[in-house]
Parts: sequence; C-alpha cells; structure tokens
Amino acid sequence: MELLLDSLFNGVAIGSVLLVAALGLAIVFGLMGVINLAHGELMMLGAYTTYVTQLIFKLPILKPFYNSYIIVSIFLAFIVSGVVGILLEKTIIRKLYGSPLETLLATWGVSLILQQFVRSVPLAYGTGLVISLIIGLFLPTTFPPKIKESINFKYFKFSSWILAALSGVLTGSVISSTVSKLSRASARNVDVTAPSWMRGQVEILGTAFPKTRLMIIVITLISVIAITLFLNQSAWGMRIRAVTQNRQMSDCLGISTEKVDIITFGIGSGLAGVAGVAVSLLGSVGPNVGGNYIVGCFMVVVLGGVGNLLGTVLASFGIGIMTDLIGAGRLLSIWPDMPLPLSNTINFFATTSMARVMIFALIVIFLQFKPTGLFPQKGRMVEN
Amino acid sequence: MSISKFKFDKRIVLSFWILLIALIIAAPSLLPVFRLNLLGRYLSLSIVALGVDLIWGYTGLLSLGQGIFFALGGYCAAMYLQITSSSEFPNNIPEFFALYGVEKLPFFWEPFKSPVFTFFAIWIIPALVAGLIGFLVFRNRIKGVYFSILTQASLLVFFNFFNGQQKLINGTNGLKTDVTQLFGQMVGSESMQRIFFWITAILVIAAWFFAKWVVRGRFGNILIGIRDDEPRVRFTGYNPVIFKTIVFSIAGGLAGISGALYTVQSGIVSPQFMTVPFSIEMVIWVAVGGRGTLLGAILGAVFINYAKSLVSEALPASWMFIQGGLFILVVTALPEGVLGWIQGDGPRNLLQRFGLKRKIETYPSLEVNNKEGDNE
Repeated sequence: MELLLDSLFNGVAIGSVLLVAALGLAIVFGLMGVINLAHGELMMLGAYTTYVTQLIFKLPILKPFYNSYIIVSIFLAFIVSGVVGILLEKTIIRKLYGSPLETLLATWGVSLILQQFVRSVPLAYGTGLVISLIIGLFLPTTFPPKIKESINFKYFKFSSWILAALSGVLTGSVISSTVSKLSRASARNVDVTAPSWMRGQVEILGTAFPKTRLMIIVITLISVIAITLFLNQSAWGMRIRAVTQNRQMSDCLGISTEKVDIITFGIGSGLAGVAGVAVSLLGSVGPNVGGNYIVGCFMVVVLGGVGNLLGTVLASFGIGIMTDLIGAGRLLSIWPDMPLPLSNTINFFATTSMARVMIFALIVIFLQFKPTGLFPQKGRMVEN
Repeated sequence: MSISKFKFDKRIVLSFWILLIALIIAAPSLLPVFRLNLLGRYLSLSIVALGVDLIWGYTGLLSLGQGIFFALGGYCAAMYLQITSSSEFPNNIPEFFALYGVEKLPFFWEPFKSPVFTFFAIWIIPALVAGLIGFLVFRNRIKGVYFSILTQASLLVFFNFFNGQQKLINGTNGLKTDVTQLFGQMVGSESMQRIFFWITAILVIAAWFFAKWVVRGRFGNILIGIRDDEPRVRFTGYNPVIFKTIVFSIAGGLAGISGALYTVQSGIVSPQFMTVPFSIEMVIWVAVGGRGTLLGAILGAVFINYAKSLVSEALPASWMFIQGGLFILVVTALPEGVLGWIQGDGPRNLLQRFGLKRKIETYPSLEVNNKEGDNE
C-alpha cells in the first residue's frame, strides 16, 4: 500500500511537471497546428527569471520578503515568457500561416538564438531587454482611443519604444551594478534555492513527500484550473475555442483571429514560463534545460489529442506514472516472485533512459489503434 | 518547386564534368590534410542531405530523425572495423569489452566479422529500420507535424538506447575507428584518408544520379503529388503508404552510407550522431540549398558545414546566432532555398526591383491566377 502510494505520488509529480509544460504547447498546437520548438527555451527563460528574482530579493530592500520570492517569480515568469512569445508570434510565426513544418524550423532557429543569448549576454542586461520589450509592446495599447485613432499614432508608438529602450538600459545597468552575480555572462548552470518554508518533507498517511514536489503539484493544479476557467468562462476563451474549431468561420463572424492568435500564443508561452519555475525547483538551471522536457511535452500533445485539455491532463499523468513504474522497476517490488525472464526484462528497462525507450514504444503501439490520440477532434474532413 | 529551366550546351556540361573530376583527383595535393579531411566529411554529409531532400523536398515528409539511420550506418562500419582489428586483444574481441568485464562477443556482432555482410548492412539495415518506422507511422495516416515529432521522439529513443548500453556497444564513448585496420592499412592514416575522400566523392556523384533517377518519371510524379495533395493521390487510386515507405527507406539507406563514410573519416561513431540538433541541421542544409533541387542539397550541406567550421574557428560563440538566424531567414524570406531562388524568378524579380529589367507583360487574368496559386 505504502509502496503504491509512493509510486503514485512520484508518477503524479513527474506528470505534473510535464503537464504544466505541455499545457501551453497543447493550446498553441490546438489553435494553429504549430509545434513550437522554442517552447523548451521559453521554459528556460522562466527558470532564469526565477533565478534573477531570487537574487533581486536578496537585496537589502527586499530582504524581508525573501520567502515569498517564489510566488512573485511565478507571475514574473509568466509575463517574461509570455512577452517573448508574443514577440515571436508578431515577428515570425504570423508570416508562416498554413505551413506548420516551416514554423517548426523557424522556431528551432529561435530556440538556438535564445540558448546562445542566455550564454553570451549578462542576465542583468537580458532583464533590461525584457523590460523594454514589455513597455514597448504594452504602452501603446494603454493610450486613450483618441490618440490611437489619430494619424500620428505611429509617432506615439515610436516614442514609447524609445522610452522603453531607455528604461531597459537603466534597469540593466542598475541591476548589474547592484547584483554582481548577474553582471557577467556565463554559460555555467545556476542553482535556485527554495525558500526555507519549502524545504523538507511532509508526512501524509505515513509516507514522506518532499515539499518542493508538492509545490509543483499545487502550481500545476492552479494553472490547469485557471486555464480551464479562462477557456470556458471568459469571452476571449470562447473566441479562442471558436477559432480552434473553425478558423475561417470565426473570422467571418467577426472574431479578430489576429488578436486571438496573439493572446493564445502569449498565454501558451506564459505557461511555459510557469513550467520553468517548476523546473528550476527540481535541479540546476542551464541554457539546455528546456531540451530535457520538450520531447516529453510533444509526446503528451500527440497522445492527448488536439484541442482537448482533458486529453493533455490524462496523457501527462499517464506518461508520468508509467515513467516511474518502469524507470524505478517498481513492478518488481510490488510482485517480487515473478518468473525470471519477466523480471530480467523489467530490470533491463529500469533506468531513466531505458524507461523512455519503453514508453515511446508503448506510445507508438497505442497510436496504431488510435492514430489521433486519446480524444480526437470530431469532423468530416478528409485531412486529420 | 521549379524544375531546372536551363538547358546547357552539351560541350559546357562535358567540360564541367571534366573539370569536376580533375578537381576531385587533384584535391588531395591541393588541400592540406586537415582541410581535405573536412571536405571529405562534408561531402559524405551531402549524401544524407540528398536523402532528406527526397523525403522532404519531393515528398513533403519532414523527418527530424535522419540521425538514426546515419548513426546506424556508422555503427555498422565501426563494428566491422573494430572486430577485424581485435586479434591482439583478450578473447579476440574489441578492447572496450574488457572494461565492462564482457568476455563473450554479443550475438549481433557475429555477422560483422564478414566484410561482405558489412558492405550490405551499411545501407540495408538503416533502410529496413526506416522502412519499418515509416510503415508503422504512414499506415495510420500520421503526417505533417505529428510525423516530425514521432521521428524526433524515435531519434531520442535510439539515442538513449545506444547511450545507455555500455556492455553492448560501448555506450556514450562510441566506437573508435581511426586506430583500426582495414586491408592491412591503418584507417586513420593519410593514404587511407585520401582513398576515402575519393570514394566519398564518387559516391556523392553516384547518389546524385540515383536520386535524380528516383525523382524522374512516374515515381517522382507520385512523390510530388503526395507532397502537394495527398488525398487526391489516394482518390486517384494510388496507395501513398507504399510510396512514402519506399522513399523513406531510400532516404534511410542513403543516410546509412553517409554515416559510414563520415565515421571512417572522422575516426569515431558515437551516440552524438543521434542528438536532436544534428538531425535538424540536416534539414536546414537542404532548406538553405534549395529543397526540391537535388544539387541544392549537396551544395547546402558542403557550404554550410564549411562555413560552420570557419566561423567556429574564428568566433566560437557566434555560430549559434548565425545558424539560428539562418533558419529564420531561409524559412521566412527564402522558402525555396538559394538554388530554388536562382532557378525560379528570384534574380529577375531582384533586377526588376532595381529597375534594371522590364516586367514581363502577360494577360491580367493570368497574373491573378498565378497569385492565387501562390497562396495555396
């Protein structure tokens, strides 16, 4: 019983990291049919945001609030990754409509640039750049409609970008002069230390659970609930669902698909940032951290089916629990006296990398029976 | 995608070939050993690029897992080389086995004692694996992005498998070939490397002709049909699964040959050949060179890799930026690649933009139709 509970908890913990990472990917994929290969790097940005927030909260002014930095960094990571995602959509992805394979390649290029960016630009100036992006993208939308409609709006836009650039440079230099760890570029991995209230373990039903893992499960739970409410209850959520189901028809009925795309992409990328916070709690953070999770996320999306959150949830927990069952060789401890050939096979697959091999094989077998995932979209098209 | 519109004079073509062959023969004496070795390696990479062009440029299947077949070919060659030069090691098995306490040769190494078997294995094993993966995927009409993701995932599976199995194939360390013997000669020696360069050059040309033969005629037309409108091909009575499986395994076989040639020239095969970035790079060579133009794939592979080695020698950090920028630029601004742009209307459009060449005047309706065709 205890073993089973332990196994279930581990599986859910692995699955919840996958879920929060795959959630954003699944939404974007459902909407545009695009797999964003830079999703892992958006996660990496979220993880680095956590690191930067942590260091900033160590400054004397913010020291009293140090314990709450992880909560703050969740929101900041959402904003940072979301803004980078919006920029990506506005500059590249929009141009590649209807050609998902090209988008795949372009986003891979973006991911290379982001990785090298983190390596060769000091994090302080990176923060400055992100802040100027936020101001430059959002300041023009806050202007009163009178200015927005005037013919000189482009000058206002231009001047707001100048303001944004100035404030970005200012933030960058302030941070780099106060926090010495952020003032130099480095390719080395960094570590995020959890605040004191998140260290240690909690005992439930006689089994000890690490608090960080529980925190990740909580983050995932909140993200899933929030995104479900947003998609099902809000006006924009309804528009997003409409465009996901039928883009042309929604366009004809007066939904601004352009805005829907931006919002969806922003939210999807923001969720990647939140996933980054979760990842930063699990291990050290480096430029390649996203690559470890990205293929797992793809598998979740493929297994779950398009445009269905329930499918995504089930697929990620399924993969998580299977990873734990196979990778830790738990079947052997549940059923110790199984026949020798079977136990040898299980031992052969009882490492993290071999568990991946096994799970992939299982997914391919599954796709033989249900090629479009757990919950396929219904339709009468020839394609899909 | 435009098919070559130029028809050169026969004499020009002939003299081009003579020049090319003369260059290939003379290359070892013109280039320093290091550069010659690099050129040989990049030429062997252009064979895998040809395969990528066949499946992506002509059939529209974006595989992100060509590294599997590339590495399988490399492993076949390396296993043969290791086994033939293991006579002085304990138990007559390759040296690394002793590190892990293995005394008996694993069963799948046995056939690689025979050079004939190896010669066929290098391209048949990757082709069979590709055919199997392809058939399982295509049978379910999995395509587009799903196909790309599945190939990438299978790449990771193979990587994990090869990386983890020390006792079978030396795991993450890979198999070294440069100190092994082939026909009494050291593989890493200068004279052998020169021969490998010539073999590679000949095989690139042979692979080019083979690929040209594949895309010519009905078979090639069906491939292009699958790329442009697969349901229509199916409704016309063809079974796309068979054609896709065949072309995917052809690409796998080409990748295997390429991997074997690359392995003997770089001196090692390791699971690093199966990393995700390397397989995506193969796609970008083709994208830059011009997909749907076979020559573009070859030129793209050779030139981008040469640029990579030159840039990385001078400015190590900047190559990632350049490569990432290249991906974005090619996809957004130059979707047909450099060669496709030259063969298409690219140069004329450029000249028109600067007012150096007059616009072609056609019927207005024709231009409208053309525009519609572009948007599809």
